[in-house]
Amino acid sequence: MTHGSTHAHEAHRTSMGVDSRKMAFWAFIGSECLLFGSLIATYLVYKGRSLVGPYPHEILNIPFTSFSTFDLLMSSLAMVLALAAVQRGDMKRGKLWLLITALLGLVFLGGQFWEFSHFVHEGLGLTTNLFGSTFYVLTGTHGAHVTVGVIWLLTLWIQALRGKLGPGNALTVEITGLYWHFVDVVWIVIFTVVYLIQ
Amino acid sequence: MKRWLTTTDHKRIGLLYFWTAFGFFLIGGLEALIIRAQLVRPDGGLGVSAETFNQLFTMHGTTMVFLALMPLSAAFFNFIIPLQIGARDVAFPRLNAFSYWVFLLGGLFLNASFIAGPLFGADRLSVAPDAGWFGYANLTSRQFSPGPNVDFWLLGLQILGIASLAAGFNFVVTILNMRAPGMRMLRLPVFTWMTLVTQFLVITAFPVITVALVLLMFDRFFGTHFFLPSGGGDPILWQHLFWMFGHPEVYILILPAMGIVSEVLPTFSKKPLFGYTVVVYSGVVIAFLGWSVWSHHMFSTGLGPIADSVFAGTTMLIAIPTGVKIFNWIATLWGGQIRFTTSLLFAVGFIAMFIIGGLSGVTHASAPSDLQQTDTYYVVAHIHYVLFGGTILGLFAGIYYWWPKMTGRLLSESLGKVHFWLTLIGMNLAFFPMHFSGLLGMPRRIYTYSADLGVARFNQLSTVGAFLIGIATLIFFWNLLRTRWRPANAPANPWDGATLEWAIPSPPPVYNFTVIPTVTSRLPLWQTERHPPMTPLPDRPPAPIHVPGGSWWPMITAFGLPIIAIGALAHLIPIVLAGAGVVIVGIYRWAYEPFEM
Repeated sequence: MTHGSTHAHEAHRTSMGVDSRKMAFWAFIGSECLLFGSLIATYLVYKGRSLVGPYPHEILNIPFTSFSTFDLLMSSLAMVLALAAVQRGDMKRGKLWLLITALLGLVFLGGQFWEFSHFVHEGLGLTTNLFGSTFYVLTGTHGAHVTVGVIWLLTLWIQALRGKLGPGNALTVEITGLYWHFVDVVWIVIFTVVYLIQ
Repeated sequence: MKRWLTTTDHKRIGLLYFWTAFGFFLIGGLEALIIRAQLVRPDGGLGVSAETFNQLFTMHGTTMVFLALMPLSAAFFNFIIPLQIGARDVAFPRLNAFSYWVFLLGGLFLNASFIAGPLFGADRLSVAPDAGWFGYANLTSRQFSPGPNVDFWLLGLQILGIASLAAGFNFVVTILNMRAPGMRMLRLPVFTWMTLVTQFLVITAFPVITVALVLLMFDRFFGTHFFLPSGGGDPILWQHLFWMFGHPEVYILILPAMGIVSEVLPTFSKKPLFGYTVVVYSGVVIAFLGWSVWSHHMFSTGLGPIADSVFAGTTMLIAIPTGVKIFNWIATLWGGQIRFTTSLLFAVGFIAMFIIGGLSGVTHASAPSDLQQTDTYYVVAHIHYVLFGGTILGLFAGIYYWWPKMTGRLLSESLGKVHFWLTLIGMNLAFFPMHFSGLLGMPRRIYTYSADLGVARFNQLSTVGAFLIGIATLIFFWNLLRTRWRPANAPANPWDGATLEWAIPSPPPVYNFTVIPTVTSRLPLWQTERHPPMTPLPDRPPAPIHVPGGSWWPMITAFGLPIIAIGALAHLIPIVLAGAGVVIVGIYRWAYEPFEM
């Protein structure tokens, strides 16, 4: 267990010229595509096969969810600005945009919470029919991903507040951004499949 | 002890994988022997109850696939891949340790079901999974499987899936990104190539079974109807999701063995692998096609003539790249200076047995013929020719080949040859008659059969063969154990191999390479037409080498997962939350721990 001076140089050399953490994250995102793909496929297979109501067109509130979707899209924009600020070394703006990204994520989660409780109030529970089961499992899995993202963003924000996040950690912010944008893109697909194409 | 618990050294993790997986292999083998003893004669030879028999064949399949074959391959991924690509470790050493601990704990969790009965108020000791290794709906529903058996299975497999996925990301990045200078993709040893392909299959196939298991979990725990016709659900969806994972899984099991054989044959014929690029691309094509054939497991569900024809066609297509590989292996042997070591015998055995398994596979590909074979012992014969005759013989070839590298000690060649011949004879005696008992109409998964079926003699032979395999495995176990008391005096390159792992001492020092080699050819240690052998590496590192220290957090984080699963089993939310807390704390401590790479 000896420390030498050569390792720092060696550790940053990669065969593909991409940082290993970033590459691993791309692989993870590829894997997640199959996860959401399977859930979306299940939703599509069971579309229109519920034995009892409420049915999607009776209950889905497109204007409200369009607002949530817009909110999530804007959070991706905030994420881009956060990364750009951190890369510039402008930690003041970096902190601000990280916090805004997390807050926009929280707004989305709040919207989902409101939507779920509204649906339950309208009589659509997890076990009511196939629509309820597939809807809650699919959007719930997505919501869980957003929750992880918000916790991650807030962790970075707290680190930044403590002065432990700087341009040297730009890669960490970039990877967080990859995750965040991915979760956003998945939502675009879910929004289209579940809400827009009925 | 602490050094093993906190290790992040890929070589130690490889050995941990090996011994753990070998332990599970013995347990799975014991289950098989009880099954065979029960079937030795009509109406049951051992008095095993139907319930116990269901548990035995379910756990035999689940154990062999997820706890023995995959992790035995993983033992070689861990130990050999960084050496073959000229790296000091994998890309993420702590993630690697995490994979191992999750695998170990997931395996223990699954097997704990054998003695967990009293905890669930069951009237028997064992509440092991009992719905078959592919757990078809709706047998797995609460209505038909009210006990905790299926819960153990679906939770255990989710835990094991996390281990495989973590390892998958790790090895994809390691192989793509940690190669020594000059180690271009088409200079990678074929074992490394097949590992890369396998890991791509892992990271794409495991999410699908995760979704299937989560949906099943919702059905059983929360009362949804994903797979239950009573609520409009479709049991066939389970089959689609399971086999969309399950067929790539078959290639996850066989491709590493194909990689091993592609290393062993050139070394012992003293010839480069015939058609290296074609062998590599065939492996890629097999994996790619492996995604398009899942419904051939489902011909009997009545998919209709168009789907049947398409899936029959894609399945038969896979025979082409597989056949290409087999001809290339034979051509590698052709005209070579062959040394009949145990490792080579197993590799040749692999080719022969895999051809038989592959041919019976092609008979399943034809839908009309498959309808006669579905759920009979003919299918059991096929799966054992490919997974025992294929994967296990390939893994044995790898163990004899790399054991000196892994431990510094050579295995006994004479015991090895006894092991080989007993295994080969035993497996053909055990599995070949199953083709006949199956075609004569013996269904799989029955705990007794009638003498009128006319399959008693075939079953007797199968049982004798199974016990021969058992004896052979004990001899092998002894061969492994006895090396522990021998001096570690294996030479660096006992077989005159050509790849980088043979350029360093056996066993390798903790930093692997004194200096990272620069690679100029596909066979760096051999004199080839265009390239001289690599200059030997210096005995001592010219500069101090940094080796990452150990960490407790991978193991602690891993412990959170079975705690969550135990909470879910017992329907105790506080325990689930406690487990989740362990995972979260573990991840944070891990992320902020100083760990120099």
